[in-house]
Amino acid sequence: MEYIDLFPKKVLFIDLSTRKWWTETREDLFENYLGGTGVATKLLEENLDPNCDPLSPDNVIIFATGPLNALYPVVSKTVAMFKSPHTGNIGESHCGGRTSAAFRLTGYGAVVIKGKSDIPVYLVISPNKVAFRDARSIWGMRSTYTVGKIIRRAERGAGIRTIMRIGRAGEKMVTYSSVVAESYRHFGRLGLGAVFGSKNLKAIVVEGSGSIKIPEAFRRSYNKTYKKIYDLEVNSDLMKKYHDLGTPANILNLNKRGALPSYNLKSTTYPFAEELSGEKMASDYLGRRLACSHCPVACIHLGILRESYENEPYFYKTTYVSYDYELIYSCGTMLGIKNGHDLLKVIDAIEVAGLDAMSGGVVLAWITEAFEKGIISEKETLNATPKWGEADEYVKIIENIVEQPNDFYKLAARGVESLSDYYGGKDFALAFGKNEMPGYHTGYAAHLGWTLGARHSHLDNAGYSIDQKLKEIPSPEELVDKIIEEECWRQLLTSLAICLFARGIYKPEIVAEAFNSLGKNLDEEQLRNFGRKIYAFKYHLKQKLGFSFDKLRIPERIFETPSMHGKLEKSYIDKALKYAADKIQGIIKQHLK
Amino acid sequence: MRVAVKDSNRCVGCQSCMFACARRHGEIGVVNSRIRIKSAGGMENGFEVIICRACENPVCAEVCPTGALEKRVINGRVRGVIFHPEKCIGCKMCQQACIIGAVFWSEHENKPLICEHCGYCVAFCPHGVLEIER
Ligand code: SF4
Ligand code: SF4
Repeated sequence: MEYIDLFPKKVLFIDLSTRKWWTETREDLFENYLGGTGVATKLLEENLDPNCDPLSPDNVIIFATGPLNALYPVVSKTVAMFKSPHTGNIGESHCGGRTSAAFRLTGYGAVVIKGKSDIPVYLVISPNKVAFRDARSIWGMRSTYTVGKIIRRAERGAGIRTIMRIGRAGEKMVTYSSVVAESYRHFGRLGLGAVFGSKNLKAIVVEGSGSIKIPEAFRRSYNKTYKKIYDLEVNSDLMKKYHDLGTPANILNLNKRGALPSYNLKSTTYPFAEELSGEKMASDYLGRRLACSHCPVACIHLGILRESYENEPYFYKTTYVSYDYELIYSCGTMLGIKNGHDLLKVIDAIEVAGLDAMSGGVVLAWITEAFEKGIISEKETLNATPKWGEADEYVKIIENIVEQPNDFYKLAARGVESLSDYYGGKDFALAFGKNEMPGYHTGYAAHLGWTLGARHSHLDNAGYSIDQKLKEIPSPEELVDKIIEEECWRQLLTSLAICLFARGIYKPEIVAEAFNSLGKNLDEEQLRNFGRKIYAFKYHLKQKLGFSFDKLRIPERIFETPSMHGKLEKSYIDKALKYAADKIQGIIKQHLK
Repeated sequence: MRVAVKDSNRCVGCQSCMFACARRHGEIGVVNSRIRIKSAGGMENGFEVIICRACENPVCAEVCPTGALEKRVINGRVRGVIFHPEKCIGCKMCQQACIIGAVFWSEHENKPLICEHCGYCVAFCPHGVLEIER
């Protein structure tokens, strides 16, 4: 067996329609776009018909890791790109687990998946080999956990592979269904699960059985830099907030500051915040902590859900359910859930079906408010009665969203934008660019952040974090400058598929050192330039796919409910967006001749 | 000295130890590590930490037909084995004999991967799963 390249050069192509696969050497691609976000954007542009139906065989799925994955700790993500069936624009989603080490250690820098299989299949990708396996026997299976268990047994490579699969939500093409890896990690948001489903692709196993020989000349420098980064990860305070309580440590803080959206953002404080706090979740429910491969931090928190069987004493069901800040927001505070037990119940139903938990929770919140207002009734919701705090009702609704027994649930399976297009209730349909809102009503930067974010994620530029640091509100122009500057740098980080939780460690000088120690010379300015160029290129592709500033809708609700910085004014947002539109056009012009 | 598993319940599955072992042997990856971390039938059940125990009666050495695995003697006591790759014919007898599953196989070299109990991985386990026993 051959050793694999120190820096990737090859792209793997898989055509599900013909069951053929081939590789191409593309040094230009990795030179010009590094990897991750950059390479995936370029490959999407090359391989996607921008006008295609995202759920047709013409859509393509790209997976890309970066040059530093597997080489250094916490460079632990894989980037997926596709045309999103949820927004109709770029779908970009990042996942940890074992995905990154596994993909990178196949020796392929990126994988492009095209076409549609005539029967359900799953793929097994290993160095120099792709196998197509019949997945008919696991199609339609109730739980994503069970699917994982079966493939785990059927395939080799325990400990050096990832098992990425969809649930029924993906099969039924719910436009916000996710792909689950290692049971507790996700390619979430924007509907990669539905794209898998539309291609009859149930799962992908990636076996990272390749190995890289460290060039003799760099053994010392590499080991030294590795140790330096590892020590920063393990010892510095920068990572502490992620491992102890994890991101839920933020619940009480944001509640106190009046930034925690609850009851579909009718409020920003929450009467049961204590009950759902990171502290309480840790003391009463935390059962295990997990890490992604090559990450010593272990930010994944699993809560124990112990449920009794009705009328059957001494029978219990124990389930492990992962929770974090975003999920406590979307499946907890937004729904009026009163305790950790009920929270885990709702999350579990979402995980079993393979839905995105953030969009899923916001859809449930819209349904509850619409029901409360009499916009919809039991005629629409059938066997379920949506009501704040009623976890069992939410579990029924989730099931209906997946199975789609009537027209109402068919729309619910497409998100709040589609629901409110038909039923009204736009002002409280919390979606930005058709993607449901993340859990921060911190101020202008948060909402501008995900409106402007090139992939519509709160992590694109972390506007919510900018808000929290602001003493007073700057001019719209200044704020937009800040947001875009942050996002450009983050394009570099995600092109290297570094976990954004480690952004405090992977500062420009450390990233440069990581490269230099292995003989690839890049300086800080070059790195920043890559970030800007990739940002420009991604926005350019977004526009090709139909994105326009004129079409943006900002839900009224965010102006009604005061944020952490008080009441928000529409005029400020309008000014900011107008300035941003020109500025982004300028950046595109400058970087793409 | 040997590397021992102190408490596998503390393992978070980060595989830092596996990457460390590969680095120690001049490689980047996980497949050629002398230690393997895999989930105990799903990550919710925690992890199995598989590493050579440095046996006092190493069966791997006993079944090796060419003497490529030599008993390692420390202070008059047998503690695991020393591997002599030049004598190895790649028959995999040692791998079959180790019921712990701690003799891994390098497809790159077609040779067993035998832990030297150097302790490098211990230094990279952030959660006190591994320890050095003197
Ligand atoms: S003790 Fe040394 S050889 Fe053995 S597993 Fe650890 S790093 Fe590898
Ligand atoms: S380094 Fe420690 S915690 Fe991480 S996988 Fe190895 S034994 Fe487990």
